[in-house]
Amino acid sequence: MNLACPHLLRETPGGFVLLGSRCRGCDEHYFPFQAGCTRCGGVDLEEVVLGDRGTLWTWTVQGFLPKTPYNSGETDATFRPYGVGYVEMPCGVKVESRLTENDPAKLRIGMPMRLVLEAYRTAEDGSKVHTFAFAPASEIGS
Amino acid sequence: MSERDVAIVGIGLSPFGRHDASGLDQGVFAAREALRDAGIEWKDVGIAFGGSTDAGNADAIGARLGLTGIPFTNVANGCATGGSSLACAVSAVRSGAADVALAVGFDKHTRGAFNAKPRDWGLEDWYGETGMMLTTQFFALKTQRYLHEHGLSEDVLSLVAERAFRNGAATPTAWRREAIPLERIASSMPVNPPLRKFMFCNPAEGGAALVLCKASIARRFTARPVLLKAVSVRTRDHGSFEVFAPGLAREIAPSVTVAASKGAFEEAGVGPRDIRVIQIQDTDAGTEIMHMAENGFCAHGEQERLLRDGSTEIGGRMPINTDGGCLANGEPIGASGLRQVHEVCLQLRGEAGARQVPGGPKLGYTHVYGAPGVSAVTVLQC
Repeated sequence: MNLACPHLLRETPGGFVLLGSRCRGCDEHYFPFQAGCTRCGGVDLEEVVLGDRGTLWTWTVQGFLPKTPYNSGETDATFRPYGVGYVEMPCGVKVESRLTENDPAKLRIGMPMRLVLEAYRTAEDGSKVHTFAFAPASEIGS
Repeated sequence: MSERDVAIVGIGLSPFGRHDASGLDQGVFAAREALRDAGIEWKDVGIAFGGSTDAGNADAIGARLGLTGIPFTNVANGCATGGSSLACAVSAVRSGAADVALAVGFDKHTRGAFNAKPRDWGLEDWYGETGMMLTTQFFALKTQRYLHEHGLSEDVLSLVAERAFRNGAATPTAWRREAIPLERIASSMPVNPPLRKFMFCNPAEGGAALVLCKASIARRFTARPVLLKAVSVRTRDHGSFEVFAPGLAREIAPSVTVAASKGAFEEAGVGPRDIRVIQIQDTDAGTEIMHMAENGFCAHGEQERLLRDGSTEIGGRMPINTDGGCLANGEPIGASGLRQVHEVCLQLRGEAGARQVPGGPKLGYTHVYGAPGVSAVTVLQC
């Protein structure tokens, strides 16, 4: 699969999970991977799995077509507003992510969310480029 | 008065908005105005600091005003550029590097939101390419969480914008000079919910300049010097919720503004209740709400009552953004923080015309916030 950010994700038998890092010195967690810990100044960090479930911590909807570096290939005429939020993962880290839902009436802080892959643009070779996104967990079952 | 004290003795501002003149022209205009206000010439200035993000190097004004050989440092600190230029000028005067300093800023931005490049901020390309690197989104996400945590309704956002445009209408140098009815603001396009079209400031153009000197010599230049009781610049701590953050820490720390404000009040030896005229960064209506509390002017969640009961109006107990702030003036990044100080100086000097805060205010306050977590605060006294 063509992924915009393959290094942030790992495919497991249960589906894709997000990766982050953990400071071995003070146990702080990060998304995405950090080379240094901004909490204690340490440089000894290890990769950790952040998982594929979380709760919606805050949200908005992108109501206009962003300028570059956004590269979905859409135009003002074809642009479809997309949700954006921070999803709080089980370890407490909040991951900024696109949301599959763009209807404000269907988004609320605290709702359970699940990781999905979303095709957000078409590459020059015609393949769909996917990025990580979160969908309301109720929509896709658990 | 101590030898460390610094005063503002000259202020200059070009009208904000969109103009045919270059950004540099607008900066030169503001600088000449500030020099004229102080009754001095450019050759009397011993050191200068300036900022411009999209209109060339600030020190290019030297080629217009005269090449006098003084140290001139270009400053770049995002939306906090103006406040940072001022802080540099204050430090220079305090250190004895010069008796008289100029802080200047100007800018000229294109229409629409700023398009930041991920690598300039230490981020990877995917963050921008997948549509998450927008300042408007950040302000919406932070505002949404803030309203939720503190039980505020979206009405507070319309109330902030309505006051801003009303104050802008009384400000000859403002860009947006027409009051906009509350209902029109509340039903305008949801750019990034809960923030709507009229709740965002726009990139704009303009120039602003200040002449500073050792307070001990201030009365050589003006009968009404404005004393800088405090200048405080801080950057973010680990865990604070700031712009351009692909991830947030497990525990959210207070915003950088809290530390900058606390530092300024301690240095000035006064508290929020002593301040009679306030400028706080309002690049959108949500940030003004948050900044009211982060700067110590109210408790979290108290904003709605203060907005509704008139406390933040020009005639109220704590007048906020009396010239319409960024919402009515737009934001030329290099100049914006200096515009705030210009407005508070006018108010403290009793020269603010139709928007003058009554009762002869003696103490004022300014606050800017910039990406990726910089805040600059001043306490001013006349």
